[in-house]
Amino acid sequence: MGIFSFFSKEKKEKLDQGLEKTKTSLFEKISKALVGKSSVDDDFLDKLEEILVTSDVGIETTLKIIDRLQKRVAKDKYTGTSELQNLLRQEIALLLDENKSEIPVDFSDLQGKKPYVIMVVGVNGVGKTTTIGKLANQFKKAGKKVVLGAGDTFRAAAVQQLKIWGERNEVHVVEHGMNTDPASVAFDAVKYAVDNGADVCIIDTAGRLHNKINLMTELSKIKRVMSKVLDGTPHEILLVLDASTGQNAFEQAKQFTAATEVNALALTKLDGTAKGGVVIGVADQFKIPVKYIGVGEGIDDLQLFNKHEFVDSLFKS
Amino acid sequence: MFDNLSSKLEKAFKTLKGQGKITEINVAETVKEIRKALIDADVNYKIAKQVTDTIKDNAIGANVLTTVSPGKLMVKIVNDELVALFGGKTEEISTEGNPTIILMAGLQGSGKTTHTAKLANFIKRKGKSVMMAACDVYRPAAIEQLKVLGAQIDVPVYFEEGNLNPVSIAANAVKHAKENNARVIIIDTAGRLAIDEQMMNEIGDIKKTIKPHEILFVVDAMTGQDAVNTAKAFNDVLDFTGVILTKLDGDTRGGAALSIKTVVEKPIKFVGMGEKMEALDVFHPDRMAQRILGMGDIVTLVERAQDVFDKEESDRIQKKLLKDQFTFQDFLSQIQQIKKMGNLKDLMGMIPGVGKAIKDLDVSDDAFKHIEAIIYSMTPKERETPDIINGSRRKRIASGCGRDIQEVNQLLKQFDEMRKMMKTMNKFQGAGRSMKGLPFMR
Ligand SMILES: Nc1nc2c(ncn2[C@@H]2O[C@H](COP(=O)(O)OP(=O)(O)OP(=O)(O)O)[C@@H](O)[C@H]2O)c(=O)[nH]1
Ligand SMILES: Nc1nc2c(ncn2[C@@H]2O[C@H](COP(=O)(O)OP(=O)(O)OP(=O)(O)O)[C@@H](O)[C@H]2O)c(=O)[nH]1
Ligand SMILES: [Mg+2]
Ligand SMILES: [Mg+2]
Repeated sequence: MGIFSFFSKEKKEKLDQGLEKTKTSLFEKISKALVGKSSVDDDFLDKLEEILVTSDVGIETTLKIIDRLQKRVAKDKYTGTSELQNLLRQEIALLLDENKSEIPVDFSDLQGKKPYVIMVVGVNGVGKTTTIGKLANQFKKAGKKVVLGAGDTFRAAAVQQLKIWGERNEVHVVEHGMNTDPASVAFDAVKYAVDNGADVCIIDTAGRLHNKINLMTELSKIKRVMSKVLDGTPHEILLVLDASTGQNAFEQAKQFTAATEVNALALTKLDGTAKGGVVIGVADQFKIPVKYIGVGEGIDDLQLFNKHEFVDSLFKS
Repeated sequence: MFDNLSSKLEKAFKTLKGQGKITEINVAETVKEIRKALIDADVNYKIAKQVTDTIKDNAIGANVLTTVSPGKLMVKIVNDELVALFGGKTEEISTEGNPTIILMAGLQGSGKTTHTAKLANFIKRKGKSVMMAACDVYRPAAIEQLKVLGAQIDVPVYFEEGNLNPVSIAANAVKHAKENNARVIIIDTAGRLAIDEQMMNEIGDIKKTIKPHEILFVVDAMTGQDAVNTAKAFNDVLDFTGVILTKLDGDTRGGAALSIKTVVEKPIKFVGMGEKMEALDVFHPDRMAQRILGMGDIVTLVERAQDVFDKEESDRIQKKLLKDQFTFQDFLSQIQQIKKMGNLKDLMGMIPGVGKAIKDLDVSDDAFKHIEAIIYSMTPKERETPDIINGSRRKRIASGCGRDIQEVNQLLKQFDEMRKMMKTMNKFQGAGRSMKGLPFMR
């Protein structure tokens, strides 16, 4: 079993050399490793482990992927490199394929919900407010009337930041200013959306670390009050994860889900060198689909998540 | 994964029993587990490998203390290595120059603006006049954010509404600070990706223009494997002087800290512990090491075991053991030493076989109370020569301490077994090797 066999077979490479970004993709490396071989061997698995772990996939999920790959190979008998690549792609994509929730997957079809209410949550600085600005842009482009709620009343200039995004998008921002009750902002924003026939209402919340019980309780409350205006809201609870975050994303997903029943993920800052591989395990373990990715700071730098592209990106450097 | 690392280490080391030293063979499994733990804590894959290789070399040949299990000793060795890697002393920020110019740099959302203000607050509290400069012209409301924080801590903020050139704002800010006799000026900059050439050139230009005395790389403690790439790229451009590790008030293990320290060899000067202006702390290498390893308890335990056990007392018991003269009096004295060490469940976990059995048990700290009571109820002679404790003596002992006779019987039986076990262990080990501590805790 090649499970973490790299641990025993250490080739002493110079660290700097090792950290050098290579231009070859994993599959090229794999192809080389496989020439003339007829089974998935330890060298291949070592390489695969390294790629996955350095993409923040995490040990447990990496082992799971390797295990699934080995089973598939044993069963289906692969005949060549390209086939193995496909198996690997498929197996990883399967872990991401848990989109069982009823949330809509494009910006124009809101499945009859009006207003469609999105609450955006996450730890500090991951890109919540920016993602809201980008989402507003997408919904507007799809012809929707959008309202934003400035529910971060805590972080310095947070309301102003969202208001600037509101101006950029020419959409209304419901706000009560700084240091006010975020739940009442959320309440008023949903109410404003209902009263004014908006199609989409997106609520910003203050960044908070998931181990702060009081702040998580506050979040649950913000969520609860919305349903008092309109039953079934918020429809989408979007947890924003930063692609550069490591294994802590698991704990984030766990705690935010416990507090607010997260049903969608956004993965930001994928325009950087970080791969965001931790979402594979998060999506798999919590059965929450990745819905959006952030690829820059600009208003257009948001895309719907495409799992095949994402998986391929893990193997490119 | 962490919950059972300790038990995995125990298993990995079970072959070690009866061997006095950590050897190449018995260390391999353990090193594997530790490496996984480090990776799970977000230490970079290659660095985890590098670090554990060093640890392995250091551990081989280390004497195994009898007071703690080898697995736990290994954890301590790893911990010490991590502390050493972080560097023993805390590093102050520069006070050179007039004003001292401090430049903040880092990825988007890492906490630069917040820490610009926290640091200003920190310096202000030391009685120095300090100023901040808002050089993020990109992020919506970035200038406003720094202004709000400046008002909160009562520190002036230099900004230029409408100037879109951060290099010139920074230069003007330094000039302004000089003119106003500020002792320190801290420059906040926009977040940037290491691969964004234009933005990296921009911050390089800021550096060239204002020649900062201190350049702080601000990094989120939750960062994963990519920390090495980012730290290296920022260091290549800026040759920064220190690191601020933010959001450590979360529950991340913070392995990125080790990756960064290893790859750029720059000191971590501060840690951010919250959103409030006071939530800035100096860096403690030992705390960080324990956090990354996730086994602070074990480390303290080993330290305590190493401290507390009275060498003379142990030697005395040791001799008696060799002569097969271990008595209830000795047992009592051992219990008392154990109690000095604190949390009983942890301590009992160190006894082989016991750890697993009590894993889910709620062990109260007076678990030894009954045993002590029974022993106290024995006469000195009974304690010294347990063999004389017959049926009627048992009854007397039981009624004397108010415990069931079954309990007394059980203790006597266990004591007998323990003595037998020690005897075999002694034979196995050979009389030549000194056992420094409590054999039954092995
Ligand atoms: N490169 C890049 N930067 C991003 C992306 N998304 C957000 N950012 C930047 O990340 C920083 C933080 O973004 P915010 O939207 O303020 O994050 P937040 O989660 O609202 O932060 P708090 O409200 O303070 O918790 C800003 O500088 C954004 O421009 C992205 O996809 N790529
Ligand atoms: N809990 C916690 N939050 C922090 C800490 N430091 C910063 N934050 C929060 O993290 C978020 C981002 O902080 P900023 O100071 O805006 O980060 P930045 O690096 O200036 O961001 P950009 O300018 O957009 O690149 C805010 O919500 C801060 O309140 C910390 O040590 N602990
Ligand atoms: Mg925000
Ligand atoms: Mg900033």
